Amino acid sequence: MSQLLLSARRLTKRFGGLAAVNEVSVDLVRDRIHAVIGPNGAGKSTLTNLLSGDLAPTSGSITLNGVETAGHSPEAISRLGLGRSYQKTNIFLPFTVWDNVRLAAQSRERHAPWNPLRWLQSAASLASVNQRCERAIELAGLAHRAKTVAATISHGEQRQLEVAMTLATEPTVLLLDEPLAGMGQAEAERMVALLLRLKPDHAMMLVEHDMDAVFALADQLTVMVNGQVIASGTPAQVRSDPAVQAAYLGDGHA
Amino acid sequence: MSTAKAQLEQLPRAMQVLLALGALALAAFPLVPLEAADFYLQMLTQMMILAIFAMSLDLLQGVSGMVSLGHAAYFGLAGYALAFLTPADAPIPLWWSLPLAAAGAGLAALVIGFFVVRTHGIYFIMVTMAFAQMVFFLFFDNKALGGSDGLYVNFRPDASALGIDLENKTQFYYLTLALLLGIYLFLRRLLFSPFGRALAGIRVNEHRMRAVGYGSFGHKLTAFTLAGTLAGVAGYLWAAQTGFVNPELMGFHMSAHAIMMVILGGMGNFAGAIVGAFAFEYVMHVFKDLPAIGGFDTGKHWQLWMGAFIVLVVLVAPRGLLGLGEKLLKRRGRASE
Amino acid sequence: MDFANFLIQLLNSLQYGLLLFMLAAGLTLIFGIMGVVNLAHGSFYMLGAYLAWALAARFGNLPLAIVVGSALAVGFGWLLEWLLFRHFYHRDHLDQVLLTFGLIYIFEEMRSILWGDDVHAVAVPEAVSGSIALTDNLSYPVYRLVVSAVCIALALGLYGLISRTRLGMKIRAGAFNREMTEALGINIRLIHGVVFALGVALAAIAGMVAAPLSSVYPGMGSSVLIMCFVVVVIGGIGSVRGALVAALLVGLVDTFGKVLLPQIAGMAVYMLMAAVLLYKPEGLFKQ
Repeated sequence: MSQLLLSARRLTKRFGGLAAVNEVSVDLVRDRIHAVIGPNGAGKSTLTNLLSGDLAPTSGSITLNGVETAGHSPEAISRLGLGRSYQKTNIFLPFTVWDNVRLAAQSRERHAPWNPLRWLQSAASLASVNQRCERAIELAGLAHRAKTVAATISHGEQRQLEVAMTLATEPTVLLLDEPLAGMGQAEAERMVALLLRLKPDHAMMLVEHDMDAVFALADQLTVMVNGQVIASGTPAQVRSDPAVQAAYLGDGHA
Repeated sequence: MSTAKAQLEQLPRAMQVLLALGALALAAFPLVPLEAADFYLQMLTQMMILAIFAMSLDLLQGVSGMVSLGHAAYFGLAGYALAFLTPADAPIPLWWSLPLAAAGAGLAALVIGFFVVRTHGIYFIMVTMAFAQMVFFLFFDNKALGGSDGLYVNFRPDASALGIDLENKTQFYYLTLALLLGIYLFLRRLLFSPFGRALAGIRVNEHRMRAVGYGSFGHKLTAFTLAGTLAGVAGYLWAAQTGFVNPELMGFHMSAHAIMMVILGGMGNFAGAIVGAFAFEYVMHVFKDLPAIGGFDTGKHWQLWMGAFIVLVVLVAPRGLLGLGEKLLKRRGRASE
Repeated sequence: MDFANFLIQLLNSLQYGLLLFMLAAGLTLIFGIMGVVNLAHGSFYMLGAYLAWALAARFGNLPLAIVVGSALAVGFGWLLEWLLFRHFYHRDHLDQVLLTFGLIYIFEEMRSILWGDDVHAVAVPEAVSGSIALTDNLSYPVYRLVVSAVCIALALGLYGLISRTRLGMKIRAGAFNREMTEALGINIRLIHGVVFALGVALAAIAGMVAAPLSSVYPGMGSSVLIMCFVVVVIGGIGSVRGALVAALLVGLVDTFGKVLLPQIAGMAVYMLMAAVLLYKPEGLFKQ
């Protein structure tokens, strides 16, 4: 079984004259966490959007689980086994935690929307969906909050819900956009523990600003500045790279 | 588009009881001996037909979050279908003409929906309106399709296969009531089905739905087509009852009325659509029948009061009558603790 | 079709398109900058036309009526924004749709109470009531050219205002990023009031100048509203340039469609809109 699950080659995205992402290549391997770091405006979000299908690249290729996906729709890419969590919490606020995750889990049922069977079943009674949902909620540590409305849970719990929804579709590749954003110490530790639990079964890309977490988690590190990769390698290699020290890890940037 | 509202989907127990009582009252109404019974029977039948129309729009607007300003196009098309299908000398059977007319409306919705569903927010509102106007002008400008005068439905459909005589106002009433209840139960079932839950998710956060793998275009187009089909059922009944169709049935005002009914009652649970249809028609009749006050023909200018009433509802009760009712029940529940 | 006829239809297209532009520009600005959808926009056109008729009857002079009417329209727009619309910028589109429905009813009745429900003709001013001869037996009414000229002048004025003045810069800034504009100390409420009043005035003036051409009748608001929406959809919301291009396009398609293919005359414009939507669901010039 191949361990290289997602391979992006020379991805470029231009907006008018500006290249937000410029010839970026990234490999995501199972049981490895690949962190992407860089200052604000470096193009990390754009890169994530290119991989998830929210944006189509101007040039370059993306191969996900053996399929070429550059320019495909987000739903098609999700069905090929990619899960993505968002920096700005992107959940269904009026629904309960359970319903949030259940909806994500339900996406894997293969019936077309115009199939009348889908209009007459009870959504809450789909056993496989419920199982998937329960598993994802357990993993994310939110079982005790399942019946609570998402708008009323704490910020940290909402970030956990973000991840639970991403897991409910049972992806093989995970793109996590600042999962630790806005978290306190205890919550962040829980999230890091969760990410480590997920590692063996997934190829993970992590966009983060929390450097402690990055160096604790990452097997592979890519540094982006102004849309380009200025260094890529193990954390130790990247740390000692003079270009990186000058551009990013040096004075002023945390 | 707009901020996703939490809809009132599960109605409080007290409200369910009230609605059940309302249904019973509707069922019992023809049995009450009344002066001018025929008039009231017809009026209530019309209200029920509009309630079906409103429910079909609620599927689109309340559940899926798609505000269509052109929903009447499908209502009118099915009515016209009945007019065209009915020959000059004999009625046609209901059992195939109703499904056919509704399917025709659904097909129109599918075709128009294909263009329209790819747009969002304000664009969607505008293009639905524009396409409905296109249908309106198609009929208005063409004598062959009846022109601005419209067409007569020569005979009420023949429902003898069901053992019903549609010329009998009471039997027509009960047929309409049966369809109203049947469609209501179907839509309630749909609301909590996988499809219905997906539509609700698309309403609340379409972006995330796509990110977890739902094809939102397919879902929305299906909802649009189904809503058009159900509107067609209502339109067919309207034409059968009034015996007459004209382009106004597909016009802007008809679509606008439907939206207002759904909002007035409360969106997203289909019961609100029914309540809203009845309330809207009732209020309109009240305003139209207002006596003149000191020489000012209050009733003639009913649109002024209607307009003000609508503005008031928007400002004061954005979740409609059922939303208000839910708030009141909650407050009473809290007070009694 | 010979050349003279072609020229006549072309000039008609231009004039119709420019009138539509006046309406669409206001609508697209109001939506682009304040995020408000206003279904009552056609009512301003209708009210303008009736106002022109009433004032022209009183003054015996249409140009004066238009000037006075414009001032009244600006005031009315300002008042409407201040009293009502500004409370709806943050509301659901659905609430806005409903509010403006209610307003359509109210405006219809207002007109009915003030001026009745009859259709009226408005006389073309003497000075421009002649025709320009194009061939031996075909001529073109001067007034139509005047209408086009007025619309072009206003369009240029709008362009100048938005691109060349400080006010215009603030308007564009407000459209781009409202919070930032406010943080910079620019009075965003004032901007909104100005934009709204401008939109109302443009629609009303369009109604006023068009009155002698189309006569003044109760349904004129709704028929022009649909076309206006089609223009905004084709052009792209928020884009005045898009509104201009789309309005001229609609003018051409509608006018020539009616002449060349009368059976599908009413539908030609919608087919254009459908075609645009297939390729650019957000309009040709979407910001």
